[in-house]
Amino acid sequence: MSSHYEAPIREPLVLGEKSYHDISVDVGAPVLGKANKSWWIVFTIALIAFLWGLGCIIYTVSTGIGVWGLNKTIGWAWDITNFVWWVGIGHAGTLISAVLLLFRQKWRMAVNRSAEAMTIFAVVQAGLFPIIHMGRPWLAYWVLPIPNQFGSLWVNFNSPLLWDVFAISTYLSVSLVFWWTGLLPDFAMIRDRTTSPFQKKIYGILSFGWSGRVKDWQRFEEVSLVLAGLATPLVLSVHTIVSFDFATSVVPGWHSTIYPPYFVAGAIFSGFAMVQTLLIIMRKVSNLEAYITILHIEYMNKVILLTGGIVTTAYIIEYFIAWYSGVPYENYAYLSFGAATGPYWWAFWALIICNLIVPLTLWVKKLRRNIVWTFIVALIINIGMWFERFDIIVIDLSKDRLTSSWTMFQPTFVDIGTFMGTIGFFFVLFLLYARTFPVIAQAEVKTILKSSGESFKKLRAVHGDDHSHVQTVEPYPADAGPSANVEDKNFDSSFNDLDEETENNQVDYEANRGKIDNLLSGIGTFDPATQTQDDLKKISGVGPVMEQKLHQLGIFTFEQVSRMTDREYDLLDEIISEFPGRAKRDDWAGQALILKNKN
Amino acid sequence: MYTLPSKLKLFSIIIMVLGLAGITYGFLTAPKTIEDVKEIMAEQDAHHGGEHAVEAHGEEEHTANFVDVARGEEGYSEAAMEHATDLKPEGHGSASHEEHVLHQLQTRPWSATFVAAFFFLMIALGVLVFYAIQYASQAGWSPVLYRIMEGITTYLLPGSIIVFLIVVFAGTHFFPWQNEELVAGDKILQGKSGYLNFPFFVIRAVIYLLGWNLYRHFSRKNSLAQADANNYDPYRKNFKLSVFFLIFFIVTEATMSWDWFMSMTPHWYSTLFPWYVFASMFVSAITVIALVTIYLKSRGLIPFVSDKHLHDLAKYMFAFSIFWTYLWFSQFMLIWYANIPEEVTYFIIRIQEYKLLFFGMLILNFVFPILVLMNSDYKRVPWFVVIAAVFILVGHYVDIFLLVMPSTVGHNWYFGIPEIAALLFFMGLFIFVVGTGLGKVSLRPKNDPFIKESENYHF
Repeated sequence: MSSHYEAPIREPLVLGEKSYHDISVDVGAPVLGKANKSWWIVFTIALIAFLWGLGCIIYTVSTGIGVWGLNKTIGWAWDITNFVWWVGIGHAGTLISAVLLLFRQKWRMAVNRSAEAMTIFAVVQAGLFPIIHMGRPWLAYWVLPIPNQFGSLWVNFNSPLLWDVFAISTYLSVSLVFWWTGLLPDFAMIRDRTTSPFQKKIYGILSFGWSGRVKDWQRFEEVSLVLAGLATPLVLSVHTIVSFDFATSVVPGWHSTIYPPYFVAGAIFSGFAMVQTLLIIMRKVSNLEAYITILHIEYMNKVILLTGGIVTTAYIIEYFIAWYSGVPYENYAYLSFGAATGPYWWAFWALIICNLIVPLTLWVKKLRRNIVWTFIVALIINIGMWFERFDIIVIDLSKDRLTSSWTMFQPTFVDIGTFMGTIGFFFVLFLLYARTFPVIAQAEVKTILKSSGESFKKLRAVHGDDHSHVQTVEPYPADAGPSANVEDKNFDSSFNDLDEETENNQVDYEANRGKIDNLLSGIGTFDPATQTQDDLKKISGVGPVMEQKLHQLGIFTFEQVSRMTDREYDLLDEIISEFPGRAKRDDWAGQALILKNKN
Repeated sequence: MYTLPSKLKLFSIIIMVLGLAGITYGFLTAPKTIEDVKEIMAEQDAHHGGEHAVEAHGEEEHTANFVDVARGEEGYSEAAMEHATDLKPEGHGSASHEEHVLHQLQTRPWSATFVAAFFFLMIALGVLVFYAIQYASQAGWSPVLYRIMEGITTYLLPGSIIVFLIVVFAGTHFFPWQNEELVAGDKILQGKSGYLNFPFFVIRAVIYLLGWNLYRHFSRKNSLAQADANNYDPYRKNFKLSVFFLIFFIVTEATMSWDWFMSMTPHWYSTLFPWYVFASMFVSAITVIALVTIYLKSRGLIPFVSDKHLHDLAKYMFAFSIFWTYLWFSQFMLIWYANIPEEVTYFIIRIQEYKLLFFGMLILNFVFPILVLMNSDYKRVPWFVVIAAVFILVGHYVDIFLLVMPSTVGHNWYFGIPEIAALLFFMGLFIFVVGTGLGKVSLRPKNDPFIKESENYHF
C-alpha cells in the first residue's frame, strides 16, 4: 500500500539503520522485558489517584449528588465538563487511525496504536461521569430503550443526551474493533518472539491465530479500510451529538449553529494535545525515539495548529455574531464582552490564553520541533480545552434568563477528587497498556521502512532512485530444502568437484591447529588404509564447498560426523566461520547417524 | 499543450452573447412602476384567483402573532417586519405590498445574475483553496493536477471583478441595511451599522478581491518559475504563501458570507453560515477539477494523470458531499430544534415557497453522490464520475439560488429567461477563460519536488 516511490524531500520517518528484525525487537522490548523503576513510581502515583477517585465515587453514590458543588442554577458543572473533556481527548485516536489512514499519511503508523489506546481509555473515563451523575448507577440501563410502562418520557428520544448514549457506545465499540484489528499481527509478533509459554498462550489467543499468510494480510487491509470508512463519520457524529447537548439545552433560548463542526475541531485539538503529552514521555521511556521522531511531533503540532486555527476562527465567529445578533442576552454567553469582564473573567481569559495565544508559538518552526516546549504547550492546551467546556456550561448557566437566580459555582473536594481519580485511572490503564501491548504498529511501520526509513533514503540519495532495496543475504543453499541438490545455481555439476571456488577454498591450518586437533580428538580420525570415505554431500546442508572443507580438516566419514556434539559444532564454527550455527541447525550428527546405519 | 478547440470557443462565445442578451432582457422587462405590478398581479390572479381569496384571511391571522408584536417592541422597524414575515403575498396592506412586490420584481434580474456569477466565482475560488491546501499539506498525489487547477483559477480575476461590481451596485436590491430610511426606524440595524455600512462593506470587498487575486497571481508565478529553477526556492515560497493565504481565506470567507449573503436578511444570523457556504464552494470546486481532468484526459493531453488521481478526486467529491450535508443538517437541525422566531424565518420561507428546490437539493447533493460514488471501482470510471459531477453542480447551483432568491425576491421567484441567461453567460465566460488559461503553458508541472511521487503514485 505504501511501498511506492517517495519524494526525497520528505524527511525520514524511521531513523537509524533499522532492519525489519530491529523493528520487531525494539517494539517487543517493553513487553518482553522487565519494568524499570520509573514505571513503578508513575504507576504507583496513578494508582493512588485512581483509588482516591474511586473513594470519591463511592462517597458520591452512597451519599448522593449533593456532595458535589452543584446548585439550583448550575445543575451540572464539573461532571459534564469532565465528560466532554474526556470524550474530546478520545477523539484523536480514531482520527489518526481512520482519517489519516484514508489520507494515506505514513506518519500515523508510529503513533496510531497509542492514540487508539488513549481513545478507548479516555472514553472509559468519559462514560463514568454520566453514570455517576445518575445518582443510582445500578439503574443505568434505564437510558436504553427497553419496553417499559413509564410513559413517553422514558426513554426521551427528543433529548440529545439520549443520542449521546448511542453515539458514544457505538463509537467505543467501533474504536475497540479497529484497535484490535490493527493489533492482530503485532500480538502475533509478540507470540512468536516470547520465550515464556504463558505469554505465548495469551498472545496466541489475543492474536486470533494470526498466521501471516497473504490471505491474512489481504483481509487485514480490507477490514482496516472498511473500518476506517465507518469510523470517520463516527468521529464526526460523536462530538456533533455532544455539541448538541449544549447547542440545544444549556440555556433555553440560546444556541449556536456552529457548535457541531467547532466541537469536532476542538476535540481533535485536545486529543492531539493529549497524544503529544503521552508519546513524548513514552518515546523516551520505551526507547522508541527512532520511530516516534521529531518529525512525528512536528506533524502532530501542525495538526494542532490547524485544528486550533479552526477553533480560533469559531471563537471569533461566536464572539462577532454575539454582537452582530443585537440580542442583549448574548452578552451573558461565554464568548462575549460580558464574559470577558464579568465575574468569570478568569475562566474566559484562561480559555483565550491556553487555546488561542499559547498555541500560536507553534507557528515558529524551532518551537514546533522543540520537545520540551511541545510538551508544555500540549499540557496548556489540555487545560485550555477543559476551560472551554467549563466556560460553556458554567459561565452560560451562571447568568441565565432570571437575574434573581444568577450565581457562581464552587467545586467541592469530591468534584476535584473524582476528576483527579479519572486522570489516575486513565494513566493506570495507559501504563498497563505500555507494558503489555506492542505500542507501535510494528507490522505497519515495516511496510513504510523502505520508502521512509532513513537508511534507505540515504541509499537512494547516493545511488539514485532506482537502486535496489533488496538486502542481500548470504546464500544458504540448504534453505531450499531437497531442491538445493538439483543442479542449478548451487552447483553446476555434481561431477565437477574442483571448480575454481573449491580450489581457493582453503582452511587456515596454522591458525586453527589447536582447534582442529581438539575437534578430531572428539570425533576420531580417519584412516584411509582401513576406512572408506563417505559422500558427505548426502548430509543436507553440506555442499561441495563444505565437503571440501571438512576433508581438509580430516573429516571423511559419516561416523565422524555422527559423533559431533555441541562442543564440536562450536569448534567447527570457529574454524569455518562462513556459516555459523548451520551444522547444529541441520543436525548433521543425527543425519550422519542415519546415513551411517544405512551403509 | 492544450488549445481551446475553435468549436468550443465558438460555442462559449455564442452562449455568452445569448446570455448577455437574456440578462439585458431581464433588466429591461423588469416592472418600472406600481401600475406594472398591478397588471402582473391581476394577470396572476386571473390564473388562480379562487384560492387566493380563501388563503388571504388565514394568512393574516397567522402573521399577526405574538412574535411579531414582540419584534416590534424589540426594535424591528415596520418595514423590516414586513420583509421578515413576507411569506405570502396576501398578508399586508395592499399599497405597501405592491410596492414591495415591485421592489422584489426589480431585484429579480440582479439576483439571477448574482447567483450565476457567484456560482462560477466560487468554483474558481474553491479550486484556489484546494490548490493552496495541496501546497500547504505537501501533498504527494496531486502535483500532476497543478496546471489544471491553475487553469481553472484563471477565472478568478474576471469572475471576482464581476461579482464585486454586482454586490457594490446592487444596493438595496440585495441589502436592506443600505436603505437609510429602514435603518432609521430599526434599533437592531442601527446597532449593526458599525459593521453593516456601505464604505466598510466596499473596503472589505476590495480586501477580499485583492487578497485572493494576489495569491493566485504569485502562486502561479512561483509555480511556473519552479519549472525552470534548479533548486526548490519557488516551491518553498509557494508553500509559505499558501499557508498565509489559507489563514487569510478562513477569515475573509466568513466575512464574505456575512457581507454578501447573510446581510441580505440583516436580522437573521447563524454562526455556522460561513462554513456552510464554504462546503458548497469546496465540493463544487473539486467536482470541476474532476470534470476538467476527465475532459483533458479524454483528449490524451495528460497521460501522466492516471485513474488513481481520478479516484482520489472522486473520493473528495464523495466526502465533501457528505460534509456539506453534515453542515446543512447541523444548521437546519439546531434552528429547527430551538425554533427561535428570529432564526427560524430563514427556513420557513425556504420550505414554504421553495419546497421542491429545498428538498430536491438534498437529493442532488447528498443522496445521488452517495449512491453513485459509494463503490470504489466506480470512482475510476470517468462517465460515472461525470454523472455524479452533474448532480453535484446542479445541486450546488440550486444551493446558491436558495441562498439568494428567498432573501431577495421572496416568493416572487421564477426560473425563467434572466436565470437561464445568466447561467449561460457565466458558463460561456468560464469555458472561454478557463480554456484559454489552460492553453497558456504545458500541462505537466516540471521540477516540482513531489511531481515524481505524484506520477508514480498508486495504491
